[in-house]
Amino acid sequence: MANADCIIVQGSNMAEAHPVGFQWVMEAKARGARIIHVDPRFTRTTANADKHVPIRAGSDVVLLGALINHVLTEELWFREYVQAFTNASTIIDERYQDPEDLDGLFSGFDPETGRYDPASWAYRTAQPADPSHAHDDASRGETAGAGGPPLEREPVQRDETLQDPRCVLQILRRHYARYTPEMVEEACGISREDFAYLARSIVENSGRERTTCFAYAVGWTQHTGGAQFIRAAAILQLLMGNMGRPGGGVMALRGHATIQGSTDIPTLFNLLPGYLPMPMAGTHDRFEDYVESIGTKTQKGFWADAETYAVNLLKAWWGDAATPENDWAFDYLPRLTGAHGTYQTMMAMLEGKVDGFFLLGQNPAVGSADGRLQRLAMSHLKWMVVRDFSMIESATWWKEGPEIESGELRTEDIGTEVFFLPAANHTEKAGSFTQTQRLVQWRHQAVPPPGDAVSELQFLVELGNRIRERLAGSTDPRDRPLLDLTWDYPIDEHGEPDPESVLREINGFHVSGPDAGRPLSSFAQMRPDGSTAGGCWIYAGVYADGVNQAARRRPGQEQDETAAEWAWAWPANRRILYNRASADADGRPWSERKKYVWWDAEQGRWTGRDVPDFPVTKEPHDEGDPEAGGAAGLSGSDAFIMQSDGRGWLFAPSGLVDGPLPTHYEPVESSIPNPLYDQQANPTRVSFRSDLAMNAPGVDGLGGAAEVYPYVFTTYRVTEHHTAGGMSRFLPYLSELQPELFCEVSPELAEIVGLEPYGWATIVSPRSAIEARVLVTRRMRPLPIAGRTVHQIGLPYHWARGSEAVVEGDSVNDLIGLNLDANTQIQNSKVTACAIRPGRRPRGPALAELVAEHQRRAGIDADTGDEKVTIPPPAQRRVHVPGEAPAPPTEDPTEEEDR
Amino acid sequence: MGLPSEHEDTGAGAGWGHSHERKGFFTDTSICIGCKACEVACKEWNRNPQDGDLEILGSSYDNTGSLGANTWRHVAFIEQDQERIEQARESGRRLVGLGMPGIGPRSGADAPAGAGGCGSGCGSRPGADGEPGAADRTPPDTPEFRWLMSSDVCKHCTRAGCLDVCPTGALMRTEFGTVVVQSDICNGCGTCVGGCPFGVIERRDDGTISAKGDRGRVEQDVPHHGTANKCTLCYDRLVDGQTPACAQTCPTTSIRFGDRADMVDEAASRVRQLHDRGMTEARLYGANGNDGVGGTGSVFLLLDEPEVYGLPPDPQVPTAQLPAMFRTAGIAAAGMIAATALAFLGGRR
Amino acid sequence: MSRFSPLEWPVLRQLRGADPLGRGSAVTSARTRATTPRTATADRVVRSICPYCAVGCGQRIFVKDDKVVQIEGDPDSPISRGRLCPKGAASEQLVNFPNRVTTVRYRAPHATDWQDLDLDTALDMIADRFLEARRAHWEDLDEKGHPLRRTMGIASLGGATIDNEENYLAKKLFTAAGAIQMENQARI
Repeated sequence: MANADCIIVQGSNMAEAHPVGFQWVMEAKARGARIIHVDPRFTRTTANADKHVPIRAGSDVVLLGALINHVLTEELWFREYVQAFTNASTIIDERYQDPEDLDGLFSGFDPETGRYDPASWAYRTAQPADPSHAHDDASRGETAGAGGPPLEREPVQRDETLQDPRCVLQILRRHYARYTPEMVEEACGISREDFAYLARSIVENSGRERTTCFAYAVGWTQHTGGAQFIRAAAILQLLMGNMGRPGGGVMALRGHATIQGSTDIPTLFNLLPGYLPMPMAGTHDRFEDYVESIGTKTQKGFWADAETYAVNLLKAWWGDAATPENDWAFDYLPRLTGAHGTYQTMMAMLEGKVDGFFLLGQNPAVGSADGRLQRLAMSHLKWMVVRDFSMIESATWWKEGPEIESGELRTEDIGTEVFFLPAANHTEKAGSFTQTQRLVQWRHQAVPPPGDAVSELQFLVELGNRIRERLAGSTDPRDRPLLDLTWDYPIDEHGEPDPESVLREINGFHVSGPDAGRPLSSFAQMRPDGSTAGGCWIYAGVYADGVNQAARRRPGQEQDETAAEWAWAWPANRRILYNRASADADGRPWSERKKYVWWDAEQGRWTGRDVPDFPVTKEPHDEGDPEAGGAAGLSGSDAFIMQSDGRGWLFAPSGLVDGPLPTHYEPVESSIPNPLYDQQANPTRVSFRSDLAMNAPGVDGLGGAAEVYPYVFTTYRVTEHHTAGGMSRFLPYLSELQPELFCEVSPELAEIVGLEPYGWATIVSPRSAIEARVLVTRRMRPLPIAGRTVHQIGLPYHWARGSEAVVEGDSVNDLIGLNLDANTQIQNSKVTACAIRPGRRPRGPALAELVAEHQRRAGIDADTGDEKVTIPPPAQRRVHVPGEAPAPPTEDPTEEEDR
Repeated sequence: MGLPSEHEDTGAGAGWGHSHERKGFFTDTSICIGCKACEVACKEWNRNPQDGDLEILGSSYDNTGSLGANTWRHVAFIEQDQERIEQARESGRRLVGLGMPGIGPRSGADAPAGAGGCGSGCGSRPGADGEPGAADRTPPDTPEFRWLMSSDVCKHCTRAGCLDVCPTGALMRTEFGTVVVQSDICNGCGTCVGGCPFGVIERRDDGTISAKGDRGRVEQDVPHHGTANKCTLCYDRLVDGQTPACAQTCPTTSIRFGDRADMVDEAASRVRQLHDRGMTEARLYGANGNDGVGGTGSVFLLLDEPEVYGLPPDPQVPTAQLPAMFRTAGIAAAGMIAATALAFLGGRR
Repeated sequence: MSRFSPLEWPVLRQLRGADPLGRGSAVTSARTRATTPRTATADRVVRSICPYCAVGCGQRIFVKDDKVVQIEGDPDSPISRGRLCPKGAASEQLVNFPNRVTTVRYRAPHATDWQDLDLDTALDMIADRFLEARRAHWEDLDEKGHPLRRTMGIASLGGATIDNEENYLAKKLFTAAGAIQMENQARI
């Protein structure tokens, strides 16, 4: 980031959530870069930025789409880059229809299932697409792994003049044509001057000589269209030629020590290590179907070797029991039948379908949305195991949680058995963390863990041992996966398994042949014939030559800025992905100033400041082998080596379940009618029909009902605390810095509602009610949206009720409902409707009564806000012009009857 | 205790000889991100107890309030609207007009160092590459709002009031020119508390904190309870050639540590850089050896009047008048002795 | 305790030495003169990484008598350059804070309070319950006859704060057991 000429921090509060990372933004600033913070609030990040652009939470796609429209219309995009590296010229299927045609929907939507069939989004090919590759399974988003579902390697049709109305670039122009600065003013509350400033900053700092960087965090992911917010930035960055370049790109600022690692080597339901998908029942009954669905052997790029990666994983897990004859024990893998995310699992708990629950360093009673639902769900469990450092609220809810205080639950009635197992902390065990830039760093053990505290590694190995002991001798075929599992890790004299032995398995090793036993040096050495094994193909190389590369610590002061000898990044220690794009089609750097990776004709290889993210000897004008897939199929300018056509995708024919192009939809509880389309909210979003997760009426409630929850709040972190508080509220030094839960309101809102500075306020949502101290501050600004004023309230979410921590407060996540992004199953935490009033909240049963009274007045029930398609019949459709007051939403006559 | 000389040489004057460079801080509040890492790193290193009552203070994001026996770094937060920003800019301009250090014709040698200067194509930064004396002083667009953040610390004054009044020799000037309390000597008399014009040094209570509501009291291990406590500029780290905890941890190097002379130079250079951008509100605090404490070991770059940050605008070491007071007292005493003598001589008739 | 010599009496040092006013070198106590930082007297320094956010700042852990006595930034890290935010700077307190639980706690069904339980017994009980839950909610096939080979009776949450190696074994074990409901902070 220090090399950026302009940094846009949006959907992130980087100085507060990543303070030490922010030093690099300050470096860029000291070198003359412009820093812009686009955020509903003025935060500590904004205090050090050059400009604050206040935005209505949830309207980011309007802004980004308008920037895309601007650079396309004014012809300010980086033409050479776009032509060399993106799919701008690719022609799309004739059947494709855009939200411009269908009032907010794409072609292929099935209102019965609430899902899209992406067949009409595909690239146009000479032959029709093979129907056997169509997917009718329940949750497409989970099947695809990282590269998206495969494309057939039919020659795609292109128009290099970029004029064909069916080519991606023209589709892009048309799709964003109404995303204008006027629309931004109306929908985002951003003035035309501010929009012009933002657009100018990006344009002036992109191109050959300069690069712009976007940095985002959960301000983008925690929306029902979150994945598309990020896609919009990626499209803009591709158009401006900033991807794969120093000081460019889209920087994901993740939030936990190894959250990146826990996605790469995932304790996630839908993935296997290395972004292989978990197999789906029906679609992936056979190994070859499974492999084909990830990547065909004829497609370009590295997902063509999906079979190899899968075989190596299976071989690592089941060793000798995984043979070519039994498809490498592929049948040992359990199958998905849909989305089994944490919110779906919580609903299953409420129905008594889940007996046992493990918490491995997570605190859902505080950190997950709809806290009351989380705690009630846990009260239906037979047993749970909590592993942590202290008595987090997810361990004590049965004794002193909010439901005990309110009387909704009685301790004696709760049958859940709870085991609290103390956990070793980061100084008491060795292991690796993968930070937000894919850098894997090893930690050494400093001291032994005290008392009964053990590492997760030891706990899991011992649990596994006991399970296998109990199943020993079983003839039940269901038990074979457990009994055949490779589960023999060296244990030291303290009972601690050797974490390096696990890292070695993750890295991979030769199973047979002359190198048997030796670790792999890269995933290129993996074979699909069982002669190699490896737990996570993207991590192959972390243990190359039997040396723990993640433990390397050559001081940064002795290295250049890439610092390749500090730790190890996947894949293959590449620090900037797709860095081939830092050179032009001829392999020459775009400029001396932005030199990064380039083609050395003399040596016949790519070279530069980083490991080239490209086949190293493939010369720039190589046309790629038309018969071969994988790396051989890539041309010399197919910089985006994971994509099945080697191109950066402006238009995504597959991979996202809610559309090939980001489209603005309103958040579910928004009371602003979608100014762009009649389709109000994201039609594919995941919702739950439950009294515990009712939605505010939003636009359906214009008039009386909307006045029950007239404001919106957004949630965030503050520097002094950490997530759900398990590692900060229990420490005096951090607790005293921010002891109490507070809300942030503008002076205007304080006056309307009657809030006193540093007094108390009660905030009510359709789920719950909490109290907080009041900070009246000009850092919060009301925004003019669509002829109205939107007041946003800020709430940091770190507090919880309990007697064990140094400080306590109400849990903000108790207010939030359950509306999830269909791609990721991530909940919307950033736009929630609420009421606010001065004073403290009621205690005991009166609390539930307060919440219920609001629900009654708003006339909501379990179905409110769950209607997926909101487009009225054709005769009643309206075309909206920015600046005009929106026409009142037409009532759907059938809806009226149901009410 | 001893009487201070008029212009104290903080090294040689305390018996350390000239071989030690005076160390100090330069706190550049213009790049502070308000993270409070300094507060925590300091507490953690010095094993200081938790402070306060665990309630929101009512001062923006500042819940620490002030420096004291248990808190030796304190981050202040000040929210300001456009009017206040313009006033600050104007008062800074007037300081410049008075010829205060920080602006003036620049020779090439004084030009801002590379890291702070602009690379090619600075766009909206007027005048940074200007010739001496020709820099564009037009202020940039005044933002509608700003949030000032500043980490306060003991000033380690050149003329230290606490050191001057300490009766036991507990307070001393170290070989680094810093002022440190020796807690094994301090008897807790508290005279130093009144001697500090900044209100920094304080006696440590017994450390029991009354926490909120019915939580009961939080017992803590409280070292040196009852004695006077303040920032030591990490004396124990300095003797080992290390950096003070706050300076090492500060994510943006808002807190810098080094030889005081270098710190003052950096500070002056940074002020010039900001002035070149039209940010005339930037000014130094503690850099001027002619101020009431002889300049401080902790120099600050502020973006408004000191009072805005909770700092005294014109701190005076209380013992400044001591020589004059003793002269006056001496004259008065001599007068009284003379009068008494006259009375007795005259009375022998 | 060093022998006290009358010549070391501060008043005499004041008169003898270069600090006649008694403001510096003459008033140092023996303790002051022996000042050393605990970073210098540690038994060993171990390199680690901060457990809080995902920047991945380097940390140096100083250990004395098998106890962590100091955690500060690692100046060698090219990412953090020796700096830590307030949370990272509080890591020593995270490691040593008094409210930390170091023994197994067990709450029986319907009980109103915790009781003690030894670790071995706890692990046995958990293994038993794991297998029971697995069995009770096992699914062989879906309604169309496609194989499922899974259990819906067990769920797990957490992973972003534990090591990669631990995530790997958790996923490996649970998947082999057929327990697919595994999630972590990445999806929140």
